[in-house]
Amino acid sequence: MLARRIIPCLDVKDGKVVKGVQFVGHEILGDAVDMALRYRDEGADELVLYDITASSEGRTVDYNWVSEIARALDIPFCVAGGIRSAEQAVKCLNSGADKVSINSPALERPDLINELAEMAGSQCVVVGIDSREMDGDYYVHQYSGDPDKIRQAGRRTLDWVVEARDRGAGEIVLNCMNQDGVRKGYNLRQLRLVRDLLDIPLVASGGAGAPEHFTEVFTKADVSGALAASVFHKKIIAIPDLKRDLQRAGIPVRL
Amino acid sequence: MITVIEIGCANTASVLFALERLGADARLSSDPAEIAAASKVVLPGVGAAGFAMSRIRELGLYDAIRGLTVPLLGVCLGQQLLFEGSQEGDVECLGLIPGQVTRMEASHDLVVPHMGWNQLEAIQDDVLTKGVSAGDFAYFVHSFACPVNAFTVATTTYGQPFAAMVRKGNVWGCQFHPERSSVVGADILKNFVAL
Repeated sequence: MLARRIIPCLDVKDGKVVKGVQFVGHEILGDAVDMALRYRDEGADELVLYDITASSEGRTVDYNWVSEIARALDIPFCVAGGIRSAEQAVKCLNSGADKVSINSPALERPDLINELAEMAGSQCVVVGIDSREMDGDYYVHQYSGDPDKIRQAGRRTLDWVVEARDRGAGEIVLNCMNQDGVRKGYNLRQLRLVRDLLDIPLVASGGAGAPEHFTEVFTKADVSGALAASVFHKKIIAIPDLKRDLQRAGIPVRL
Repeated sequence: MITVIEIGCANTASVLFALERLGADARLSSDPAEIAAASKVVLPGVGAAGFAMSRIRELGLYDAIRGLTVPLLGVCLGQQLLFEGSQEGDVECLGLIPGQVTRMEASHDLVVPHMGWNQLEAIQDDVLTKGVSAGDFAYFVHSFACPVNAFTVATTTYGQPFAAMVRKGNVWGCQFHPERSSVVGADILKNFVAL
């Protein structure tokens, strides 16, 4: 049976893993390669390595660093941050990344999703969406890596997920921003609404603080994977314990 | 020397790195003569079957791959290319394994791509499956699937069972990514390296 995925996200700034509360005020947590290996050993199903400064600073990920991770890791990983052309994405994949995630550049130029899907195949193309609840609806935000540049993208989240899928996205990572870094649980209502629009995998992001948050995001929002950062980095939740809890709750996991 | 065929698709680096982690002597090549002279060959692949087959023909690799008598391992799209044809772009493939590759139909309850860790089942006795047990997880990412037939060495079920591993003579295939399947994948690659 296909296992639900537990995905630690490493927000990387200058080769270090950082974590900010609500994206603001970054705190250094450790070296990216070391932390990637630690999560592999603990049983993470996949990793997301997100260069949080790349997009807003207009630079792209350093592919040598991608290669270093690819050499060491034997589980899949996705690279995000600053990928602006299908060629760059292919370079990144050729350096050993399994998937690339695009966020702000896809909002600037949605055709990028089509180009990437055509060149690399949909299965390599993840569209990351930072979404915030406002006045009872959900809206997409961009440049979330930089508190000075973050802004609303002028799109409803529920419209953008469908467009991204139609353009060839193979997976959606929905980061619910009101929830991010505060550890009060995933935004189940928003995730369920998005999930019901999709026939491609959806990964939940933002808000994980306790094991039961993972159980409920799988049972109530029916997502394929759950992404989290601070609860893993700060060792509030250990992945082996979490997976045993999920298994006891009847959720298929890889142990 | 293991030659990993470079056709301009992704994941060649990951496959090469995985072989290096096992201490194998491996290199990338897209040269037909070099591939024909290799002692073992891996055909990786991520992306579309049509693009990959046109690259194989452009690079003059079609006959070189079909003519191999040494062990050949197709990985992911590489396994699909071993079959006679694929529904993906209605393309004719290498024809080393009988059968047609078909689309996995997406629905709300069965999201496609089939992405993540799934279990190997119905594992046949084969030199590549040594140390692998039914229920072991491997990492899959694909939207098209190979049919279960006489050459299936392991199956996986997603909606329906499909061929997770195949073998016909000197030709093997893995639909999953052994280079990204942790210990289980490393065991399979080790078995291949030891052939």
